Amino acid sequence: MRSIRDFRASAILAACSLCAGCAGAPQAHTLSIAAAADLQFALEEASRSFHQAHPDTQLRVAYGSSGNFYAQIRNGAPFDLFLSADAQYPQTLAHDGLAAGAVFNYAAGRIVVWVPSASALDPATALRDPSVRHVAIANPTHAPYGRAAEAALRAMGLYDSLQAKLVLSENISQAFQFVQSGAADVGIVALSLASAPAARGQGRYWEVPAETYPKMEQCGVILKDSAAARQFRDWLTGPAGRALLVRYGFSLPGN
Amino acid sequence: MDYQAIWLSVRLAASTTAILLTVGVPLAYWISFSRRRWKFLVEAVVALPLVLPPTVLGFYVLLAIGPHSPVGALYAKLTGGMLPFSFQGLLLASVLYSLPFTVQPVATAFAGVDRRLVEASWCLGVSRAATFRRVIAPLAAPGIATGAILSFAHTMGEFGVVLMVGGNIAGVTRTVSISIYDQVQALDYGAATETSLFLLAFSFAVLAATYALQRRVWAIWPAN
Repeated sequence: MRSIRDFRASAILAACSLCAGCAGAPQAHTLSIAAAADLQFALEEASRSFHQAHPDTQLRVAYGSSGNFYAQIRNGAPFDLFLSADAQYPQTLAHDGLAAGAVFNYAAGRIVVWVPSASALDPATALRDPSVRHVAIANPTHAPYGRAAEAALRAMGLYDSLQAKLVLSENISQAFQFVQSGAADVGIVALSLASAPAARGQGRYWEVPAETYPKMEQCGVILKDSAAARQFRDWLTGPAGRALLVRYGFSLPGN
Repeated sequence: MDYQAIWLSVRLAASTTAILLTVGVPLAYWISFSRRRWKFLVEAVVALPLVLPPTVLGFYVLLAIGPHSPVGALYAKLTGGMLPFSFQGLLLASVLYSLPFTVQPVATAFAGVDRRLVEASWCLGVSRAATFRRVIAPLAAPGIATGAILSFAHTMGEFGVVLMVGGNIAGVTRTVSISIYDQVQALDYGAATETSLFLLAFSFAVLAATYALQRRVWAIWPAN
């Protein structure tokens, strides 16, 4: 008897909340974004701030490897906006007529040498330390951060001596995870990850000098045109978005 | 085509199968013939890799073989090397991941051996080891072959676990599935297609061989 009453009560409750849901959101537009993994923390806050400024637009962000998204978008993935970790993927999409707007530059990535708190290594000299067995970087064949790491190692004259110690991760978050788990001693990761709330206090980092690697321009492109998509692009490349990205470890495009 | 990666996968699969035959066959024997009440717990543990996502397995294996874990510390003490990002580390992960693919078909085959033959052999004073060698193993041979072939093929196609613990080192941990993934990521679709086709043909051949083997010796399906 009791369970029937409980069931009836919860059914009524569910019906009410359904109605409340329909009534509360009149015409909320959902903007679907494919974003590079290094934006994970920055975009969490960005979507909150943007939603406050534009209450009628909800952001739904999928994070992942830019290369994966590129392949998915080519095959019809239903994203409104693509924020890549490089410039090449959005440019190729635009060139092949798969974009609904011009490619825009929104930030540039920065790389750091990261060691866990428990490590005795100094991040500034860790790469030259003979006791280091494994250095984690993202895979340079497809990850922009991996390309930057490789270029920086070459510029610092360390690539040849470290080549046998390099372990390649699928993306930049995994390079971080390899070091965090202790499997690799030191890693070259994105500043946006090393300085993220989830990682703060877990390790120390040293920023790799910007002149040792080509500037990692990150570009985006609108795939399906809408007022909301243009609004978000303008917000992200405007003062509010720029200030936020700088706070999360990116540098501004073009300077 | 990335021949180095293919060769590495073949070596990994062969080593995994060899280890699984030495570990998995006794384990399957125990599962089939033991009367322990808690046997079901062991069976559940063996079957875990079938249902766990490779991410879970890979994540735990990376933590378990890292320098901060007892296993990793012991290995470093014994050999001076480290398990993560090494062929041995990958081998350990593969053995865990493919365990049910050996143990389950072999255990099923052992259970299918006519109990009266086994007991007759025991009653005639033949030792358990000799009974296994001369009665059980020959009768269960197709099941053992199936287990070996499936483990080999499963390791050839293993992706998630390798991605999680491998570190993508050419010739050491860059297996064929990782190589294909890299090619797709680098937009080298031509090379990816080539290697994928190879893997597809290989997998089909292995499975066709397995089913042909089963049909001939086991006669699971009624002959028409």
